[in-house]
Amino acid sequence: MNSGVLDTLQRGVEEETYYLNMGPQHPSMHGVLRLLLHMRGEMVLECEPIIGYAHRAHEKMAENRSYIQFLPNTSRIDYLSGMIYNIAFCQAIEKMAGIDVPERAEVIRVIVCELNRIQSHLLWFGTFLLDIGGITPFLYCFDDREEILGILDRVSGSRLTYSYGRFGGVTADIDDVFISQTRSFLDRLRGRLPMYEGLVTKNVIFRDRCKGVGVITVDQARAYGVTGPVLRASGVAYDVRKAEPYGVYDRYDFEIPTRTSGDCLARYEVRVAEMEQSCRIIEQALDALPEGAIEPAKMVKKVKSAAGEYYFAVESARGHFGMYIVSDGTDVASRIKLRTPSFSVMSAAPDVLKGTMIADVIAIVGSVDVVLPEIDR
Amino acid sequence: MPRTLLDIFPNPLIAVGIGITAVMTVLSVNTLFCIWFERKVSAWIQLRMGPMEVGFHGTMQTVADMVKLLGKQLVTPKGIDKPLYHLAPIVVFAPVVAAASLMPFSESVAITNTNIGLVLVFMFGGFASIGIFMGGWGSNNKYALLGAMRSVAQNISYEIPLILSSLSVVLLVGAMGREFAVDGGVIQANGMNLAHITGVQAQRGVWFLLLQPLAFIIFFIAVLAETNRAPFDIPEAESELIAGFHTEYSGMRFGLFFFAEFSNMFIGAMVATILFLGGWDGPVLPGPAWFFLKTYFLVFCMMWIRWTYPRLRFDQLMTFAWGILVPLSILNLLITAFLVKVF
Repeated sequence: MNSGVLDTLQRGVEEETYYLNMGPQHPSMHGVLRLLLHMRGEMVLECEPIIGYAHRAHEKMAENRSYIQFLPNTSRIDYLSGMIYNIAFCQAIEKMAGIDVPERAEVIRVIVCELNRIQSHLLWFGTFLLDIGGITPFLYCFDDREEILGILDRVSGSRLTYSYGRFGGVTADIDDVFISQTRSFLDRLRGRLPMYEGLVTKNVIFRDRCKGVGVITVDQARAYGVTGPVLRASGVAYDVRKAEPYGVYDRYDFEIPTRTSGDCLARYEVRVAEMEQSCRIIEQALDALPEGAIEPAKMVKKVKSAAGEYYFAVESARGHFGMYIVSDGTDVASRIKLRTPSFSVMSAAPDVLKGTMIADVIAIVGSVDVVLPEIDR
Repeated sequence: MPRTLLDIFPNPLIAVGIGITAVMTVLSVNTLFCIWFERKVSAWIQLRMGPMEVGFHGTMQTVADMVKLLGKQLVTPKGIDKPLYHLAPIVVFAPVVAAASLMPFSESVAITNTNIGLVLVFMFGGFASIGIFMGGWGSNNKYALLGAMRSVAQNISYEIPLILSSLSVVLLVGAMGREFAVDGGVIQANGMNLAHITGVQAQRGVWFLLLQPLAFIIFFIAVLAETNRAPFDIPEAESELIAGFHTEYSGMRFGLFFFAEFSNMFIGAMVATILFLGGWDGPVLPGPAWFFLKTYFLVFCMMWIRWTYPRLRFDQLMTFAWGILVPLSILNLLITAFLVKVF
């Protein structure tokens, strides 16, 4: 990690500069991020992110419990895309153990994952606006988000930490109520997006605050392994759903929204466009929902796999989420490494935040949409 | 022209006593009302109900909050600059009371009426930034210091367009050459006298909003910045500086800052009403009713703006003041002066 700030601390404070500890208890540090800022007036000279305040040792826990017992942990790594992570783990195990998944379960997984993605982006939209001082959009977004949480709560039994996936399928089938609720939610969201456009996207103050702020260049993004909407805002059309399609994503017609400027506004626009694309995917999935079973005929009670190394990646709401599983052939993983997108984004922070103003720090950290428990794991 | 308390009660002690009591009562009731009103307006904008539990539609909510605030422990952090820290809330609050006493809210009675009313209002307004800086500096907290530095820079920058835009009204009042009958005879309208400014608008039947629309807009924006209201609330920008200059204040010390903020809003709206919206002037309803209706309409506009717009960045705020508002207000003043001279 960048040790610039610590070096200077040891040398002593330069004239006219000071250190500001932003976080871990700070209203806009998205949980427990701590930024050690070396400042001159309002200007950031150096920045060092200090992480680990929400470390729960998920990777270590995976080493002393069976794959099935580890399943509930996966939704808790990133509490905003719990569904995506949970189902990603199931898909990784299925790939490792060669378990077949019924058609209907695959399609249901796509629907709930995309709902989860919209939910995550809506929360980001609200909190990002909150970070740059607009309080009202937050409540509008939460109003929309509440519908998704209700829909997912009804089918999975919880609002955030779903544990909805099972090896070889999903726990519960969706019914007509779910389908009609989802369809009416899509109509509602499509009606609301133009309002957000007018309230936020066209707002002069908002554009001034975001345009040209916190530019992450393509080279920087590649150097730090930045993925997800942040990378797409810098101009690289990389999306795991298109690059290495998993599940049944290759069936659906959707676009990867990209921008080239790589600033906060580009990241904002990419995420708003992604919500629309997710709506498209859900609609196609609902239209072509096959009948049939939602889990294999024989429940998977013990995962049997050959010893070896397996890697499986999905596109979470924040980017490329990968699981590297080392199996010794038993029911318990020898090692699981989680490659989480926010960690890579955060590692670019010292470069990006250098030379910005304190208000920009908040805007940039808000715009890249990091989830701290997912960084700390 | 309104009779002052000193005209009614010749004994200055009684007059001052009644004046202070009246102003404090009005300000307290206003603050209690404005906090409830702000919560209701924000709830209405944000599709919520707002406070509903205490009293009819939550009307007693702020009273309960105030009682809670009075009962809270005053936490004094370590390493503070004691005199500055303890004086700051008072220095912020006292000028507000003084400024509020200058407002001519009706054509018959006012608390005071001086020929330098406008100058005094701006002077008392300027005090606030001293108090805020004292609080920010004395708190021994970097966030508070940042907030205080921002506040001083912002208040000084926005005072210039504030005063320049109101000067064009002063010029107009002087140029109209109106006269008022008082008990002893006739007096010339004085551009710096708040009651005279309203009186001229009432006599001519035209509000200065129509003659000086640009000045009104500049003045209103500057008032928003002077009172630290969004989108110019950067001294206390809660998403950046936690609570800005009052981060380390708790209990009723914080309450005084809050009190001063809402009272400042009220005074800013009152001055705008007097300068541009004809003060007590209006048909059917009595003068004070019109005065407070207009004032609260402007207060509502401030809240409306706050709950709609995001916050500016510090450098954008300064650029806006020096690059747009100051040149525009100087231009407006020059054009007004030219027109006044020609016609």
